[in-house]
Amino acid sequence: MMCHRSVLQTRTPAAPEHTARRAPRMTLAQQGTQVALRGLNRLARLDLIDRAGLRGVAERLVYRGTRSGFRAANAAGRSFAAVQKLGKPARQPRSKSTGSFDITPTDEQLMMQEAVGDFAMKQLRKAATDADAKCEAPSDLLGQSAELGIAMLGVPEELGGAFEERSAVTSALITEALAEGDMGLAFAALAPAAVSTAIGLWGGAEQQSTYLPEFTGDNVPAAALAIHEPGALFDPFRLRTTARRDGDGFVLDGLKALVPRAADAELFVIGAELEGSGPALFIVESTTPGVLTQAEPAMGLRAAGTGEIKLEAVEVGSGALLGDGDAEIYRECIRLGRIAWCAMAIGTAQGALDFLIPYVKDRKAFGEPIAHRQAVAFNMADIAIEVEGMRLTTYRAASLADQGRDFAREAAIARQLCARKGMQIGSDAVQLLGGHGYVKEYPVERWYRDLRAAGVIEGALLV
Amino acid sequence: MINLEVPKKFEPLVDQAHTVAVEVLRPISRKYDLAEHEYPKELDMLAALIDGLDDGGGSSGAGAGGVSQAQSNGDGGNRNGSNLASALSIIEMCWGDVGLLLTMPRQGLGNSAIAAVADDDQKQRFAGKWAAMAITEPEAGSDSAAIRTTAVLDGDEYVLNGEKIYVTAGERAELVVVWATLDREVGRAAIKSFVVERSNPGLKLDRLEHKLGIRASDTAAFILDDCRVPKEDLLGSPEIDTKKGFGGVMRTFDNTRPLVAAMAVGVARASLEHTRELLAEAGVEVDYDTPANAQHAAAAELLELESDFEAARLLTMEAAWMADNSKPNSLHASYAKAKAGRAGVDIALRCVALCGSAGLGEEELLEKWARDAKILDIFEGTQQIQLLIIARQLLGLTSAELK
Repeated sequence: MMCHRSVLQTRTPAAPEHTARRAPRMTLAQQGTQVALRGLNRLARLDLIDRAGLRGVAERLVYRGTRSGFRAANAAGRSFAAVQKLGKPARQPRSKSTGSFDITPTDEQLMMQEAVGDFAMKQLRKAATDADAKCEAPSDLLGQSAELGIAMLGVPEELGGAFEERSAVTSALITEALAEGDMGLAFAALAPAAVSTAIGLWGGAEQQSTYLPEFTGDNVPAAALAIHEPGALFDPFRLRTTARRDGDGFVLDGLKALVPRAADAELFVIGAELEGSGPALFIVESTTPGVLTQAEPAMGLRAAGTGEIKLEAVEVGSGALLGDGDAEIYRECIRLGRIAWCAMAIGTAQGALDFLIPYVKDRKAFGEPIAHRQAVAFNMADIAIEVEGMRLTTYRAASLADQGRDFAREAAIARQLCARKGMQIGSDAVQLLGGHGYVKEYPVERWYRDLRAAGVIEGALLV
Repeated sequence: MINLEVPKKFEPLVDQAHTVAVEVLRPISRKYDLAEHEYPKELDMLAALIDGLDDGGGSSGAGAGGVSQAQSNGDGGNRNGSNLASALSIIEMCWGDVGLLLTMPRQGLGNSAIAAVADDDQKQRFAGKWAAMAITEPEAGSDSAAIRTTAVLDGDEYVLNGEKIYVTAGERAELVVVWATLDREVGRAAIKSFVVERSNPGLKLDRLEHKLGIRASDTAAFILDDCRVPKEDLLGSPEIDTKKGFGGVMRTFDNTRPLVAAMAVGVARASLEHTRELLAEAGVEVDYDTPANAQHAAAAELLELESDFEAARLLTMEAAWMADNSKPNSLHASYAKAKAGRAGVDIALRCVALCGSAGLGEEELLEKWARDAKILDIFEGTQQIQLLIIARQLLGLTSAELK
């Protein structure tokens, strides 16, 4: 089974206009040829459908397409209510730096890295191809990732969290380890963690006691941090989604893009331009009227079931605003998200490198392994160098965040490097396998798609 | 615990090196770029100051003199030692002027070789002397196993014959560490290094090179004509051990590659910082929160260059940190050298373009940094040699398999 957006909504520009606009000086003879080819093409397409016995499939797709226009978001979402009351917001303490240069993770971090890495390489890697094709993460895997404690990394101990200290570095290491197995499944598994981390870091006492306990139990809700919006040159500091003040509460309108697990998410944290204030974060439950969703399968990260979220006059109470709409909090959110995407790119790039090493040593051409050729070997060396550079710039940004120091520059630099080099590594990996890199028998073409996506998306993850 | 900031305890050292760069090196940077082969006498006093710091238990020198692999790491804890300190101070000094750093008395590459492989007696005899390193020959550059200079034992002396080129500080140094083979048939294992007094009559200065950059640093060519060296001036073991091969001499490079990477990082930072100032004057500043694509193209380019710079800088610190902590760092030293070497050239050249005529003109130092940067992707192992070292280790291939 494959996933599609809405077939009906796939827009094809009217051909004659297109031709007239793009090729005004085309000769009559050329125009004639083009028209004929276009006709032939259309005919062939219909013919192909019948010959392949696909008519039924096509019709079903059309049906599915109609059905998968915007519809209400997860209406069966649970109702969130505070079980215990907190007097004041609970915060995880930050770890203290020793002031020494050190690249060794703590023992706790190494343990987590190992446990999550083992899960990622054994479970996620195995399930990745199928999940990519279905645009859906298997629920048992998401359950297992919750058991590993991934969704409660940012939940303070008072609310059932298991981690004593707040650590962006730990989150980055875990994100990296998961993405080494598969980035799409890692995205699905980490999506709720972004919401719990946001509420853990910036939520008030009421918000924390209402939502956070849900992220520590067996049944972690699907949840998503929705920042990204459709359109070229998206800038997370110039949101088109708006929040208008209305009495004590707010009314939200707008469109969010590439939201993970959009269809089954029960809780969102949504970025919106708060009138007269600037971009801010709002907690929105999926059952709130006016929250609509539609599948938005993309080039990469398909296992996370990405979708659009449409907000149509969504009314939320005063308790929905996170961190009092503090501009500094929103900036921190965007920066931490960028670090998380860096960690994703590092994990997948490392996975690609580890896959390539035996491949180029086994694959023979002209009588010897292709690894014996400098053109191949030097490319491998380049990948190794850049992955290590990506890792160091990312760890530095995360560690500065943990120390409570300014990390805007370091996050931006790491993102720049990881977006650029990650994409290059994805491309090089396919190239090194040649035709094998291009077919779905190997995981490499998926890494190519995922590594591109990791450099594009804003938000949706936090470390 | 992961922390990639400059260690607190090295902050005074970094500040001090930066002050030297600002007060001593930058003011004479253009002067000795134009006056190639003229001895920068301003450095004598500076060198004395650096010696004083070293003797006073200062954690590192400004050059290649003091680095070696940490002997042990008894308590198992994290260590920030002389390798990292040297890398950090070199970054600052080369922000000032890399050519001048390369001609800093008593901080030569030969000093590093002596520190790495000399026995106690030799260390004592050569202490306090400025040592250059002579490896390259007209017919053998990166392929240092192919050198033809011969050493033949004659009584208590070795007799050296051959030709050496590209000897940094060769004219000014007091000692030259010369690589020569005891037996050309044997290959790598027969290559040994000999400490030759600069005043040795058999060591004849042939010429000084005129170069693209690092003009403050002299680059000498020598003829070794029946050059007689006491046999106790051979560094390391005189035995030809084919199993150990290059070990001794190559070990020097695991310690010095991160330092050359540090030089490239220093030059790149000079270019980036000044370009940032000139772009600000032109009304363009990087905003780190706004996506690159939503900014001025020059700001986006600066962000890109800065990201390569940061990767190079951290790879350099990592390789030095590994040496301080007795972690084998041959692979990471080459990561650092390869990344910093190529990023340094790329950054310096693109900064020239971003600054237009100010970038190209001699009024500013940007064009000089772009010329200086290129050598750092060549000496101490070219980009291609680093990639070979990395690829062989990564893929587990021998030099016979991956040529």
